[in-house]
Amino acid sequence: MAASGADIAGNVAAPAALARPRAQRGNEADFPTSLVAKFGPERPLKLDSGAVLTDFQVGYQTYGTLNDERSNAILVCHALTGDQHVASTNPITGKPGWWSEMVGPGKPIDTSRYFVICANVLGGCMGTTGPASTNAATDRVWGLDLPLITVRDMVRAQAMLIDHLGIDTLFCVAGGSLGGMQVLQWAVLYPERVFSALPVATGARHSSQNIAFHEVGRQAIMADPDWRNGRYFEMGVNPRKGLAVARMAAHITYLSEEALHRKFGRNLQDREKPTFGFDADFQVESYLRYQGSAFVDRFDANSYLYLTRAMDYFDVAADFGGRLANAFLGTKTRFCVASFTSDWLFPTIENKAIVRALNAAGASVSFVEIETDRGHDAFLLDEPELFATVRGFLSSAGQARGLK
Amino acid sequence: MNAYSSDAVVVPTNRVDLLAISQIVTQGSRVLDIGCGDGQLLKLLEETRAVDGRGIEISQKGVNECVARGLSVIQGDADSDLTDYPDETFDFVILSQTLQATHQPRVVVEQMLRIGRRAIVSFPNFGNWRVRAALALRGRMPVTRSLPYSWYDTPNIHFCTIRDFVMLCEEIDATIETSMVLHRDGRKSTAFGAMLWFWNLFGQQAVFVLKR
Repeated sequence: MAASGADIAGNVAAPAALARPRAQRGNEADFPTSLVAKFGPERPLKLDSGAVLTDFQVGYQTYGTLNDERSNAILVCHALTGDQHVASTNPITGKPGWWSEMVGPGKPIDTSRYFVICANVLGGCMGTTGPASTNAATDRVWGLDLPLITVRDMVRAQAMLIDHLGIDTLFCVAGGSLGGMQVLQWAVLYPERVFSALPVATGARHSSQNIAFHEVGRQAIMADPDWRNGRYFEMGVNPRKGLAVARMAAHITYLSEEALHRKFGRNLQDREKPTFGFDADFQVESYLRYQGSAFVDRFDANSYLYLTRAMDYFDVAADFGGRLANAFLGTKTRFCVASFTSDWLFPTIENKAIVRALNAAGASVSFVEIETDRGHDAFLLDEPELFATVRGFLSSAGQARGLK
Repeated sequence: MNAYSSDAVVVPTNRVDLLAISQIVTQGSRVLDIGCGDGQLLKLLEETRAVDGRGIEISQKGVNECVARGLSVIQGDADSDLTDYPDETFDFVILSQTLQATHQPRVVVEQMLRIGRRAIVSFPNFGNWRVRAALALRGRMPVTRSLPYSWYDTPNIHFCTIRDFVMLCEEIDATIETSMVLHRDGRKSTAFGAMLWFWNLFGQQAVFVLKR
């Protein structure tokens, strides 16, 4: 099974011409431009909500080659609005993969050394079962009929994919933000299957402020008359405005005041003076509007509801008597945590709480805080210190793992 | 008793303690280096003693360099972050040339003895005759080759003499397993005993191995 994944690897980079017209966007949810693993009724997934998911699928990409010992696999977990196209052209936007600075031949996560897997999360809209997928039982789009999904459910589904690929132990699980939450969940749920873990710009729980921002986004979506209680697909509409506003609000939290000021200041957009109206007079307004509308073209509003909710519910310590260190007791996994100075969504203190807990559990852990003014988004950008950290961490973990 | 040892090796002038420490640490042990800087000692220990090494460093620049070199190091503060570790997590907990820069040296040494089976502490001897002479004859805070800072910009806020440290060990019930004085050229003299007054006057750096 693993061989099939590895064989296809490398041939999956989609040409830019694959960028599809928006009308076909829904197809990506059921028929993704990537590999797909299907799990029938014989392999049900019991969800945290108590519901059982049967007949679901996981859309994923792989890069590089799995070695004979099957010991060089790295699972990359994507963030809230990411997807499995970590290092290959996105089929909808035609843009390079979301972490192509980090993952690829000769890159810090070097696909000429490692076999890299990235799967769309459960509840997503790019090929893994989510609210935009068709429910096989009813032949209708799931919509809000899909049970709520948690980060643990996402990780359990990923573990089924890793089983399907014939891989026992992952050399590393890596990801930022929601991806980092999945990394932590992997390390807690399957410690013996995670040789090393690289959670970046994340937290062991979602803070009250972050839940608050998510709630603003969800209310914006649900307030859009085109949302139609989540059944907009059948009605031939799309809550574009609500989803765009949700994205605009969230986007601010991914940046920093300093970065916004550096990029836009109070500069006006293509005009000499304010118009005394509610047009996008300022460059920053115009930028946000663009971010909002570009996002709507590639993301499903219901999926946004599900995934933000999954993040809100995330709290590792809650399952271990409120003491985070207990979650990691006895772990053999090697951890490397990284945060960014200007990240106020997952500030250093949240990342450091993970580090303290790992220390208290006697785990092997490294921690770097990287100086940047680019806010939370920094983990996706060209940050040489992050790259050096990842390279150093993976190469020493590779030595310990006996990788060539 | 105070003869120079024969295995003198030349290493960078003011860090001869690193080599001495690496000779104390046993093969394959678990080690925590507090104030590990850019990871020089940890790297040396991993290469020559195959230790399972961890580090804490207060400067982010140092931490980032360590992690990029493949070392397990976290950004942290000796004064506040040692409490996170469980008892006897390590075989050796090392504080090289950092004691004098901590806010609470006594608490730090006690924490070291709690989380490690052995604590190794190296520090510059403030009882050295050059230091005494600078203060006694010139009336100035000493600035020497091994203590190059002026009083107003020094990170070293808690200097002690070798005798002071011996007294601290008595107060906190720490057993001194080994003690030695290091000379600039890497030579070392072990076992103070009755010669404590002598080495407290002429020793530049001291290395102590403590246990509970």
